[in-house]
Amino acid sequence: MAANGYEDVVKGDDAVPALEVQPQELYHAKSFWTRYIFCQDAKVIAVQYSLTAIAIGLVGLVSSWLIRMQIAYPGVIPMDASAYYQLVTMHGMIMVIYLLTALFLGGFGNYLIPLMVGARDMVFPYVNMLSYWVFLLAVLILVASYFVPGGPTGAGWTLYPPQAITSGTPGSGLGIILMIVSLAVFVVGFTMGGLNYVITTLQARTRGMTLMRLPLTVWGIFVATVLALFAFPALLVAGIMMLLDNILGTSFFMPAILEAGLGEQMAYDGGSPILFQHLFWFFGHPEVYIVALPAFGIVSDLISVHARKNIFGYRMMVWAIVIIGFLSFIVWAHHMYVAGMNPWFGFFFATTTLIIAIPTALKVYNWVLTLWRGNIQLTVPMLFAIGFLITFTNGGLTGLFLGNVIVDVPLSDTYFVVAHFHMVMGIAPVLVVYGAIYHWFPLITGRFLNNRLGKIHFWITFLGSYSIYFPMHYLGFMGVTRRYFEVFEGEAFPVSIVGINQFITIAALVTGFAQLVFFYNLIVSVKHGDKAEKNPWKACSLEWQTTEMPPGHGNFEKELPIVHRWAYDFSVPGANEDYIPQNISPSEVSNAQAEKT
Amino acid sequence: MEESTTATITVPPYIKGRKGVVSDWSSDQKTFKGVPWGKAMMWIFLVADTFIFSIFLISYMTVRFSTKLAWPNPSKVFSLHVGHVSVPLLLIAIMTFILITSSGTMALAVKYGYQRNRKMCSIFLILTALFGASFVGMQAFEWTKLIMEGVRPWGNPWGAPQFGASFFMITGFHGTHVTIGVIFLLIMSRKSFRGDFDTGRRGFFTSQKSHYEAIEIMGLYWHFVDLVWVFIFAFFYLW
Repeated sequence: MAANGYEDVVKGDDAVPALEVQPQELYHAKSFWTRYIFCQDAKVIAVQYSLTAIAIGLVGLVSSWLIRMQIAYPGVIPMDASAYYQLVTMHGMIMVIYLLTALFLGGFGNYLIPLMVGARDMVFPYVNMLSYWVFLLAVLILVASYFVPGGPTGAGWTLYPPQAITSGTPGSGLGIILMIVSLAVFVVGFTMGGLNYVITTLQARTRGMTLMRLPLTVWGIFVATVLALFAFPALLVAGIMMLLDNILGTSFFMPAILEAGLGEQMAYDGGSPILFQHLFWFFGHPEVYIVALPAFGIVSDLISVHARKNIFGYRMMVWAIVIIGFLSFIVWAHHMYVAGMNPWFGFFFATTTLIIAIPTALKVYNWVLTLWRGNIQLTVPMLFAIGFLITFTNGGLTGLFLGNVIVDVPLSDTYFVVAHFHMVMGIAPVLVVYGAIYHWFPLITGRFLNNRLGKIHFWITFLGSYSIYFPMHYLGFMGVTRRYFEVFEGEAFPVSIVGINQFITIAALVTGFAQLVFFYNLIVSVKHGDKAEKNPWKACSLEWQTTEMPPGHGNFEKELPIVHRWAYDFSVPGANEDYIPQNISPSEVSNAQAEKT
Repeated sequence: MEESTTATITVPPYIKGRKGVVSDWSSDQKTFKGVPWGKAMMWIFLVADTFIFSIFLISYMTVRFSTKLAWPNPSKVFSLHVGHVSVPLLLIAIMTFILITSSGTMALAVKYGYQRNRKMCSIFLILTALFGASFVGMQAFEWTKLIMEGVRPWGNPWGAPQFGASFFMITGFHGTHVTIGVIFLLIMSRKSFRGDFDTGRRGFFTSQKSHYEAIEIMGLYWHFVDLVWVFIFAFFYLW
């Protein structure tokens, strides 16, 4: 036996490494309130996070319908320019932060990290519970901004000053204040949860679970959480400074400026709006990867499980996630090519941006190579995973266009940009969310979602979202500007854009309503879905290896599992079954060939 | 969960240098060997907090470069009159000295904590809290003095309006950190004096057992707040 107890596991015999993590004492809920409402169990918190995120996400979804109606059929739904800007702003903010960030990290992170690393719960369950309640408070503040005089802010989700706080912008009074306060509260709540996710991954793994045996889902969520912990400070500080500019009349971001409409000089002087853009995008770009990395991780597991094949290039996949995470902090100014920066900055940021394409392309190749000659099961999660591959590749390629300064300058602020980021960080991660829900729903509820409805949901969502965003690239090339309330009168653009916009709107409404099929499926299947046996997808990772399904409080029964292999031992030659769970020791496997690290 | 009574927790042997780093990161269970969860969590939080303060300071520097009016001269603004002589940076020197001293008393509190000397530990925690409180008090005095002289977040008599804005924002944010620290020092001191850390009394909110580690974690936070002050001092008062 080696000096440190774990080396013998790596070599593959059945010796048990010495225990380093003290057993966790859990709070045992005594009443309905502490069991389901103020609950410290990460799995319940995960469901709370997810339901809250989806509920506010519905507001974002309905906003997008109204936006599309105004663009294609102005006047059908009566709204003025202010209402339009407010819808656009809230749609963006809700979808990026309150839906996707909260759902991936607070929802999937809470549910899957402790189970997948073999822990009983997050390391600080009480703080974890607070995290959810603070998040809920942030959502409530956001909702409150709809009901204050002037309504929510209409400054665009980037909240650029000066227009975010000058009086010509809708919601420039209480709207913007509540928006910033809500974001600050969100950051506080997220930090509580995020610290838990990071420490649980680093310090509370079960015996035998090395970092290089973690399922890629955990890797994606872990690195995304680290990014969030270091990127949200920029948003918090920018928010504080903008709040001071707004309330106390400081001039951090506000230059000398004339009041819109009145023509009087405002009391501001000498501030730098560009500084806000730098701070915002120092947060905003990592935010893209906070949404994308968990999707990368989850889709890797979906593809591997449903193609019955080990993930191709596991180590490469891990390092790609880490490198993408690092690079995401040094590319932020590619959002600001037209902001009037020094051209040398553009050169630097274009270079770093294009370098990100390398690890990202590696990941796409590895996903495709995992599918290659795999025993592909066209289950609903697999369909969504393949859908992700296609939309993500498409969105990633347009990212290469926009990463180049010279190409970006004419395309900036057109529908090409809208198409790009919706493909890459809207549709692609959402497809993964759906795939993940279809995949893990049996674990959470013990029942399957309806397969038929799932396939209908997939095809309408996938083809529908393609119909929405693919034509937008052409609009962008024709120079159609985004965020405009009305662009279609006069002769600025060819008549054909009217038809394209109507097509997009119809596609958006159909796709949007197809989500109702999903919600129906979700609600009905909780009670009436087909019962799932244990480990229905025959997956290797630990969350499926619990004695109870759904896993009870404390996740595992008396003993925590001991891990002997990675999470991808599918179709191992010589083994009896086509999968070997992580907690099966080498001596339990019939053939010695099955030994892997 | 019966295993809790029988399990023995081991810390694998320490391996020096690069080999040790590789061995720790490629091992199972814990990446930072022998480091309790709370301590690791505080370290990560402090890195995130470092980002917050760095961004505050970088924003302040950017604003200071880009403002149109001249920046007020700090050695004149932050001076005190002793008799008829104006001594630059006098108050701030005393404040800095006190805060750094409090780091020393905090370190002693941690030492006595690990020696299970609950009385000395709580005395030094109270002492640290007193130093912290007097720091905040002097900061309040300095704010009052500047406000009396006409400094406001939106302007001041000597030049760039961003001076007051950055000053109040950054020192206020740091002062809030110190105040939160003082409150927790007092709570810790009470816990230590009552013997919570010896008896493993359960926390009111978390229902987790108290442990002397908490004082070391508190210490990490407190040293961080002091360290940040050194940077604020250098970039705001000396520049």
